[in-house]
Amino acid sequence: MINDTYYKRRFVIAGIVIFIVASYIVRLFALQVIDQSRRVKADNNALVRQPVYASRGLIYDRNDSLLVFNQPIYEVMMIMNEMTPNFDTLGFCEAMQMDTAAYNQRIAQISNVRKNRGFSKYTPQVFAGQLKKEDIGLLQERLYNFPGISIRQRTLRDYTYNAASHLLGSVGEVNQMDLERDSYYQQGDYSGRDGVEKQYEVALRGINGVEVLLRDNRGRICGSYHDGELDRPAVAGQNLKLGMDIELQMLAEELIGENIGSAVAIEPQTGEILALASMPGWNPKDLVGKQRGNNYMTLLQDSKKPLMNRATQAMYPPGSTFKILQTLVALHQGAITPATLYPCNGPQSTPIKCTHHHGSPVDLGMAIEQSCNPYYWCVFRDLLQMDGYGKNNRAFRHRYELWRTDIMRFGLGQKFEDSDVPNQKSGSVPSTKLYDRFYGKTGWKAITIRSLSIGQGEILVTPLQLANQAACIANEGYYITPHLLYNDSAYMQPDKRHETGIDATYFKIVKDGMERVMLNGTGRWHNIPKWHICGKTGTVQNPHGKDHAIFIAYAPKDNPKIAVAIAVENVGFGATWACPIAVKMIDLYMTKHFPEMADEPEQTDDEPEK
Amino acid sequence: MNQRNNIWSGVDWITIGLFFLLAIFGWMNIYGAGYSFEQTSIFSFSNRAGKQFVWLITAFVLGFCLLMIDEKTYDILGYWLYGATIIVLIITPFLAHDIKGSLSWISFGSVSIQPAEFAKCFTAIAIAKYMGRYGYRVESWKDLVVPCVMIVVPMVIIMVLQKETGSALVFAAFLLPLYRQGMTGKIMGGGVVLIIVFVVVLKLGWIPDSAMDKVFEPHQKNRIEVLLGIKEDPTGAGYNVNQSLIAIGSGGLTGKGYLKGTQTKMKFVPEQDTDFIFCTVGEEWGFLGSTAVLLIYMAFLLRIITIAERQRDNFSQVYAYSVVGIFFVHLMINVGMVLGLLPVIGIPLPMFSYGGSSLWGFTLLLFILLRLDASRINKLH
Repeated sequence: MINDTYYKRRFVIAGIVIFIVASYIVRLFALQVIDQSRRVKADNNALVRQPVYASRGLIYDRNDSLLVFNQPIYEVMMIMNEMTPNFDTLGFCEAMQMDTAAYNQRIAQISNVRKNRGFSKYTPQVFAGQLKKEDIGLLQERLYNFPGISIRQRTLRDYTYNAASHLLGSVGEVNQMDLERDSYYQQGDYSGRDGVEKQYEVALRGINGVEVLLRDNRGRICGSYHDGELDRPAVAGQNLKLGMDIELQMLAEELIGENIGSAVAIEPQTGEILALASMPGWNPKDLVGKQRGNNYMTLLQDSKKPLMNRATQAMYPPGSTFKILQTLVALHQGAITPATLYPCNGPQSTPIKCTHHHGSPVDLGMAIEQSCNPYYWCVFRDLLQMDGYGKNNRAFRHRYELWRTDIMRFGLGQKFEDSDVPNQKSGSVPSTKLYDRFYGKTGWKAITIRSLSIGQGEILVTPLQLANQAACIANEGYYITPHLLYNDSAYMQPDKRHETGIDATYFKIVKDGMERVMLNGTGRWHNIPKWHICGKTGTVQNPHGKDHAIFIAYAPKDNPKIAVAIAVENVGFGATWACPIAVKMIDLYMTKHFPEMADEPEQTDDEPEK
Repeated sequence: MNQRNNIWSGVDWITIGLFFLLAIFGWMNIYGAGYSFEQTSIFSFSNRAGKQFVWLITAFVLGFCLLMIDEKTYDILGYWLYGATIIVLIITPFLAHDIKGSLSWISFGSVSIQPAEFAKCFTAIAIAKYMGRYGYRVESWKDLVVPCVMIVVPMVIIMVLQKETGSALVFAAFLLPLYRQGMTGKIMGGGVVLIIVFVVVLKLGWIPDSAMDKVFEPHQKNRIEVLLGIKEDPTGAGYNVNQSLIAIGSGGLTGKGYLKGTQTKMKFVPEQDTDFIFCTVGEEWGFLGSTAVLLIYMAFLLRIITIAERQRDNFSQVYAYSVVGIFFVHLMINVGMVLGLLPVIGIPLPMFSYGGSSLWGFTLLLFILLRLDASRINKLH
């Protein structure tokens, strides 16, 4: 019979059940609805974000010649947990062409968790990286013998031409600083280290994609998550087209040859850099792949400093090429007229004497043609002393400042800040402050700084600035910021056009003079008359050895297509060493692009010649 | 013929419905827990869901068979079944091979059976027989000596010989029928007070380590200390619970969706298809799904309490409350452990956890009750 004395206890029992279930529901609410943090923890557990490398943009020259492209390289990957106990180490070493000692050392390196933070026995580790196809051929054939070993493909840079190493730059693994500066990078990524590769890194690198993979509790990859719902494909890098003409570039490098020097060519109307050669350089292929580190150290230790881009970083006094600017500024400021004559010897020109053989006094045209030093000393002196010296040299100093401002309008003494040319040096057009420091505020006069008149002394320019100066003369008064990219609309904006403020008629006078240099003057021995080249030689005194040869030119005279500057160190006269390089470069460029502009020899006879 | 019709009309279909609802949902989640984003069928025998499907079908057949067996069989065979159970429990450790330190499994070919799962049922029958005999009443503690011995004997065998603390602890479920029959409530209340005192004292560090070491196995001690926050060990003793909480917590309100949980699929939660199966529910079905499962369990338990209360003889009622107790203790310990409220004790979640023994054990337990219930009307005559 049912004992009903305790029938109320059914409610106690039901109450306990309801209480426990209710408290568990409260706990679930707290865990799942109120606290959201565990979602992230679960994702960190199970999701692996594996990068999908974007292919880096290609680089072309102005004629669409492929300069820089990507080559596949291979990495030998190792999943240690999948390597069976009887793994054929000897066979593997043979296939990898290494000895067992090196193998053991590498294994120890990989397994060292302190040095290799991402180490896990269950995930692929890089056993050997940056291998060429021929390096892995043997392994690939025998791969089935080696469980746990796989081969992964990545890309490295490759180059069509052994040229333009400084300009193109190189690609290397990112360093700690890059990782901190730009969150885009991950350990092991590549980025442009210098040159165009660095300058246009963001455009060239594209956007790496990501593949979201699932990982189990032992770190093994178990396929993609949600059928790749969260994956993001890689966006390939943009291709670049440079203003450079690779044939012109190679010719320049070949002509400088074993010497130390540089050559820059600019298209005057657009500011596009046609060539930017610096010698010695290196084979771009040497700074790729696993030999990069060693080769870089060799270059770094080379006493000729091949890593320095002399076209933008070497600074020389401009020498006689500076006389062109002197002429223009003096005419502009009214210190002389085209008809002004100066004797090139005698007390008036003291202390600078003429070393050339020509009549005296000389006019402007003759002075340019013959590169007459005393003439320019007189011009500079008269320009600075136009208003006398004044109290405390105030009038003189004012004149000097005006002169300096006009000179700097040609792009001297400063970097082209709005340009894409990397690693520029600013050069120097000395300020009054510099001389004040040397001589005291009233301690210097025109004669103190007479070296400036002929482009020697404290003034320093880079070959890029010299070429830009030639372009500026060719354009009769302005330059477009020199730049590397071809036909880039950013450089067609008005703010990239820099005016000198000097009247075009004065430029016509110096152009005549520069033409005479090539016909009768210091450039005449190497001239190719059909291109109507206008040039100016310079020889820079070098206290440490033979003089540096400098030459600037542009052509053709009345419809300029190319402006060039050459600097060759420690060889002697500009006319002998630098001029022929410039002429040959102009010849190649004009023949290739503007053959119709060649002037037949009988027509050159009609040219006025003196 | 007439009587058989009475049986079918007396069967409590609501309980059967809830039982199979839970079992089928459990089976889906076993598939989910073993699923590794590769397309193997839920019916494939290469995975546990496929095997569980076989267990489910056979459990269904077993349940049908149990409904056909005359209810008097249990009354008659009660002590014999109990005696046989004790013998099997004693023999088991000698035939068993060691599975994670436990000696409770006997293998027949590819099928392993855990006798402890069935011992609960036969102990319940024996107690019911003893307490259901004519004129039995709980009037003093002496009346409880025999039932308590019946409970403690299998408990000790399972704990000491088979080293299955979890399964042994389930025998505490029999306090429920004893309580309903008149055992003083102070025993249960006293137990709760004792646990609270133990927790407080342990938390204050008043129990020396040496004393703890004597009472508990090292892993048990670790689990208790991690639960109480005395020790932090997310990679060791606390790993299971930590990963379990991450799985459940990451499910959010609505869950990640069926077969889309990463914690359980990628095996971050250990035992994700047996003891920790509730994680899969939490991760993939979210708060709404887990709450629904708990509420179905509650409805199931309350339904059995209703059944228990409508029995007209003590045998059936004691047995019915034993069923309530066993299901309830399993639910409370298992979900409490998964939610990080109770220490890690390895017992299955009824109808959910993978395993034939446990599913059959629960089927046996429940369908004997349903048969007793179905024939209650006959008892009037």
